[in-house]
Amino acid sequence: MYLSSDDIIFWQWVFFKLNATIVFTWLVMLVLVVGSWLVTRKLSTGLHRSRWQNLLEIIVMGINQQIAEVGLRRPEVYIGFLGSLFLFVGMANIFTLFPGYEPPTGSLSTTTALAICVFVAVPLFGIEASGLREYLRAYMKPTFIMLPFNIISEVSRTLALAVRLFGNMMSGTVILAILLTITPFIFPIVMSAFGLLMGMVQAYIFTILATVYIAAATHEHKPEPRG
Amino acid sequence: MLIDWFTVFAQIINFLILVWLLKRFLYRPILNAIDAREKHIALALADADAKKIEAQQECDEFQCKNATFEKQRAVYLSQMMVEVKEERQRLLDAARQESDVLRSRQQQAWVREQQSLNDVLSRNVREEVFAIARKTLTDLAGATLEERVVDVFLRRLHELNDGDRVELKSVFKASPRLLYVRSAFTLSAVHCTRIEAVIKEILGEERAVQFEIVPALISGIELSSDGHKLAWSIADYIFSLKQSLDERLKPEIEMMNK
Repeated sequence: MYLSSDDIIFWQWVFFKLNATIVFTWLVMLVLVVGSWLVTRKLSTGLHRSRWQNLLEIIVMGINQQIAEVGLRRPEVYIGFLGSLFLFVGMANIFTLFPGYEPPTGSLSTTTALAICVFVAVPLFGIEASGLREYLRAYMKPTFIMLPFNIISEVSRTLALAVRLFGNMMSGTVILAILLTITPFIFPIVMSAFGLLMGMVQAYIFTILATVYIAAATHEHKPEPRG
Repeated sequence: MLIDWFTVFAQIINFLILVWLLKRFLYRPILNAIDAREKHIALALADADAKKIEAQQECDEFQCKNATFEKQRAVYLSQMMVEVKEERQRLLDAARQESDVLRSRQQQAWVREQQSLNDVLSRNVREEVFAIARKTLTDLAGATLEERVVDVFLRRLHELNDGDRVELKSVFKASPRLLYVRSAFTLSAVHCTRIEAVIKEILGEERAVQFEIVPALISGIELSSDGHKLAWSIADYIFSLKQSLDERLKPEIEMMNK
């Protein structure tokens, strides 16, 4: 039994290796990109459109709306990064329905990679929005004493982001594997359904947290409602 | 170790590629399509608003025209009603007038016809009466009707009261003209002599007497001079009979006139 899909190695040469995490990631990417291409190659701008276009529009507009609700005023700028996070994590978790599939999000390497992406993207978006000086000054607010704490907070939340997703997905997969050996009927089905829900919730949490971090870095908050 | 740094690096690359690909094939086309549709809908809505405003204007204009038309129609209708009423009255008057003329003509024609009928009837009756009287007098007395007429005439001359006799005498004496004795039939010489004798007796003097035949007298005889006359004729009785008949026929005639 493997704790991580990284341990399932199909091919290796010196430092380079092709493990299950990378292979299944490519699979998820392939499905997402080819599916999108098939639908968007003949988009309709009129009132009549295909069911698949409707589905994609609902998903894209839903992500856009969520980003806007968190506080980012220009969601179309961030949807590329945040939407890809949600779709990748969500799709990787949904595929657990298929037997033999190992979710890439169950690998700490993948979650770490995604957390690093968020860790890098947050300051980049922050600098793009308010400039380097203003962004760095935010670390010393309210006073310069808070600088180390802010840095620790930045690193620890990235670590938490990675471990949270990994822990949830890995535990779900492991529990399902254990239950299959104990009670092979009915209960694993319930757990699979539950795992699907948990997977989507984790994708949502991961994306929303990344959105909140970016919103905090770019200071793009909605004005406080007047009471 | 749970973290494989090669995998981490590979996944970062994978994720960045995924971000680029999804931007290229998913978000941008979808968002562009949505924007295009929103623009299309906005244009359609603006067009619909413009058309709505235009329709409202046309509706207002139509209602205005309709109201004007209704008003004009009411005016024309009232004018037409007045004209129709006048025309109707005119036609009725004309018809009534024509009817009156026709009725008048009919009445005149009827009166003429009645008159003609009366004349015929009167003549027939007189002739019948004359014939009956002639026959009766002939059968009863053995004398001709002319004799009886002369007798009656002479008797009436004899039976004149004093007042009438004086008046007749004064009138005939004052007249310088001839005395005329007119009859419907030819008087015999005896009758002429008797008449002359009676005249002489009444006037107390000899006067020239001219005898004339007048068929219209119908079994009558009259003595006249200078606008005065003394006469007896069956026509007098027939005239009385005619008056009596007229009195009796009067209600029927009035009913027919109505």
